[in-house]
Amino acid sequence: MAKLEQLKTAFVTALGIEDSEVTDSLAYSEHAKWDSTAHMVLIAEIESQFEIMLDTDDIIDMSSFAKAKEILAKYELEF
Amino acid sequence: MFEYQSDILTLPVYGLKKAEKQAFLNQTLLDLSRYHYQHSAHYKRLIDCSGFEFEQKTAQDLIPLAARLFKDFELSSIESQNVFRQMRSSGTSGQASKIVLDANSAKRQSQILVKILQAWLGKQRRPMLLIDSASTIKIGGGMSARAAGLQGLSFFGRNHCYALDDNMQLDVEKVTEFAEQFKHEPVLIFGFTFIVWQQFIQALKAKNIQLSLDNAILIHGGGWKKMQEQAVSDELFREQIKMQLGNVSVHDYYGMVEQTGTIYMQCEHGYLHTPVWSDVLIRNPQDLTLVKQGDIGLIQVNSVLATSYPGHCILTEDLGRIVGEDDCQCGRLGKYFTVHGRVPKAQVRGCSDTFA
Repeated sequence: MAKLEQLKTAFVTALGIEDSEVTDSLAYSEHAKWDSTAHMVLIAEIESQFEIMLDTDDIIDMSSFAKAKEILAKYELEF
Repeated sequence: MFEYQSDILTLPVYGLKKAEKQAFLNQTLLDLSRYHYQHSAHYKRLIDCSGFEFEQKTAQDLIPLAARLFKDFELSSIESQNVFRQMRSSGTSGQASKIVLDANSAKRQSQILVKILQAWLGKQRRPMLLIDSASTIKIGGGMSARAAGLQGLSFFGRNHCYALDDNMQLDVEKVTEFAEQFKHEPVLIFGFTFIVWQQFIQALKAKNIQLSLDNAILIHGGGWKKMQEQAVSDELFREQIKMQLGNVSVHDYYGMVEQTGTIYMQCEHGYLHTPVWSDVLIRNPQDLTLVKQGDIGLIQVNSVLATSYPGHCILTEDLGRIVGEDDCQCGRLGKYFTVHGRVPKAQVRGCSDTFA
């Protein structure tokens, strides 16, 4: 649970959005603030929060909050 | 919305032989033409004026739009509320092109760009040195081609370091620190050819700074017009880079904002390669007929990625030559070619002539 909060916080910080906006349906290019610039900020934030390094496939696939949880599961992070 | 007949993302980047690739392109480009004919009033008018009929045609018969039409008109196949992003060319010579993207086209372009670059860089991200200023991507009013390039390539980097300050001057401290920290790693360096040359390589030379980034790969593009004005050849460019940066592997690329995503990367033998999603045709500048392989002419680029605007067949103002198909020594399949600068102004035909 703590990890889920950590991931939510990473989204809030990187995208500059409200807590309440971070839901499974939050998606890249559908939220005005989640554009390609913000995406790289988000990636950097997630990487430093969880001390992992994502590969280029992960970065492209990470197109929603739900997808982010799925991808991070590959790095043995459970949500 | 346009639907592809199969999942185009899973195609091998440089792995389809001529017959298979041309069959895929033929089908998809014709589908796209019909789609844009129905969805873009400008495109329909242009096609109708030309007397073009869709029956019994192949992709080779499709009429390419002159690149300059994207400067004169806003060519779009989507409703204005579905515009996700507007792209514009750097517009160094006159008016800038305006390209409208919906969310799907923008996403598809990034996905394909990543696929192409993975074929050269692998999936692991590399420490990245960007030969530009961080402020370039923050300039508002639609995204410039330069900003789009920097952002697209950023996916492949980590520990991003911008080599130039807000005034586009070399940031010596940042660059030397970066080079020291990552000297043994496979660094990725990216920038626009003229900026790499003028603001980076020449500045390092003037300050007598030599870096040793021996595992690095430099990807650069954006045209040779200014380089030719200063009489800088590809060879001289590579030579100088090795002098200032170490034994870096250097790859030029060719591409344009009208077909973002499908870029043409230069292989170790010096040839630009067409990925599976796009093709290059060469036309005679006088009558626009296709020239035979090996002859120089106007470059036409075909790409299957654009669904939000009719940019699938474009006649550029660049001159080029197809060297071969499927048989480059580097082993990659598809056509490979070289670019020979821009056609002299006087020779550029008016856009209406393209439809003759």
